[in-house]
Amino acid sequence: MSKTYPDARAALEGVLFDGMTIAAGGFGLCGIPELLINAIRDAGTKDITIASNNCGVDDFGLGILLKTRQIRKMISSYVGENAEFMRQYLSGELELEFNPQGTLAERMRAGGAGIPGFYTATGVGTVIAEGKDHKDFNGRTYILETGIVADLSIVKAWKADPSGNLVFRKTARNFNAPAATCGKICVAEVEEIVPLGSLDPDHIHLPGIYVHRLIQGPHEKRIEQRTVRKKESV
Amino acid sequence: MPWDRNQMAARAAQELQDGWYVNLGIGIPTLVSNYIPEGVNVTLQSENGMLGMGPFPLEGEEDADLINAGKQTITELPQTAYFDSAQSFAMIRGGKIAMAILGAMEVSEAGDLANWMIPGKLVKGMGGAMDLVAGVGRVVVVMDHTNKAGESKVLKACTLPLTGKAVVNRIISNLGVLDVVPGGLKIVELADGVTEAELRAATEATLVN
Repeated sequence: MSKTYPDARAALEGVLFDGMTIAAGGFGLCGIPELLINAIRDAGTKDITIASNNCGVDDFGLGILLKTRQIRKMISSYVGENAEFMRQYLSGELELEFNPQGTLAERMRAGGAGIPGFYTATGVGTVIAEGKDHKDFNGRTYILETGIVADLSIVKAWKADPSGNLVFRKTARNFNAPAATCGKICVAEVEEIVPLGSLDPDHIHLPGIYVHRLIQGPHEKRIEQRTVRKKESV
Repeated sequence: MPWDRNQMAARAAQELQDGWYVNLGIGIPTLVSNYIPEGVNVTLQSENGMLGMGPFPLEGEEDADLINAGKQTITELPQTAYFDSAQSFAMIRGGKIAMAILGAMEVSEAGDLANWMIPGKLVKGMGGAMDLVAGVGRVVVVMDHTNKAGESKVLKACTLPLTGKAVVNRIISNLGVLDVVPGGLKIVELADGVTEAELRAATEATLVN
């Protein structure tokens, strides 16, 4: 059975439904599954809950699904780059669950690893801890957080082989690895699908067991904040 | 004259020790990397998945796949390692990062920190700050001592939602350096030209000797 699909629309065939939960990789606009996000917009799926560290910008990444009002709820750690997000949230149209960034990453990792909950010191004494089980271990207080299991994971990697083994590039790995593991179905978009045997098995970042469907770029890979040094200052 | 942003960053850089792994927050803390003392070798962690963060790239060498936690383009170093977000926060929560230098909206005399939201106005999110203050060995905050209206941001108790409770070890403000100690804050150092009376007048928190 081939994991390779011709395009994002085909790769999402039969896995989208209204009210679903999607885990998405990416940090800011770095390493986001931009092709799959566009295809979800085109599919018109509604009332989606999305677990993603950020929510894109107004016209790129997950911000696109905000504009079309397809997102009902976000589970995120930081949403400061998106004016439309702020507007929808402050007017009560959009539900938001803030998770500390490490808690969000671990909730995805745990969900994918069959761990329904874990205790962490992150957020103790803050609003994040309200209503959560508290427990002391070795004299320190921790709160119970739960693993996330999503209906679908959408991730972006650099390279894949046809068996779904993934290699990420630089800081574009970020949430893609934990997000990929926590979906019942994972669709990955990559810049290049290379022939079987051409990836070094010792250098696979995410084994293909987690990846069910694959598509290949091209990607825009937009830069959010271009910061540079002048040549003469070297 | 109180310290400016760069002077605060330079003073914060004096906190760094050779061999440490350190996380620098967004804003003034990012400037700290410009003032790392000669002979002090620190490895900067970027919580989006990198150890060994290098400077901004030369013009034309920006890489969309290589950014810091502030989403700015950066470069790698010979010792750089990349990893995913779960691993990144495993090393933070696991106490492997010696120190975090972070910004603050408010700090209390008990070491409580507020730096992630203003209810009804600014809802950006905590990012990795809650994990950092809960996990790293030492937390230093760099901040202006007062707000634009001249009111103290170094308080008896924070008024904004907390990032962490009793997590701050040291405050470096434009007026000087204070440590969180039992019973309140202790003045460690005054900024050049700032008197103790001026610092006391700008501080709502209890100061102890």
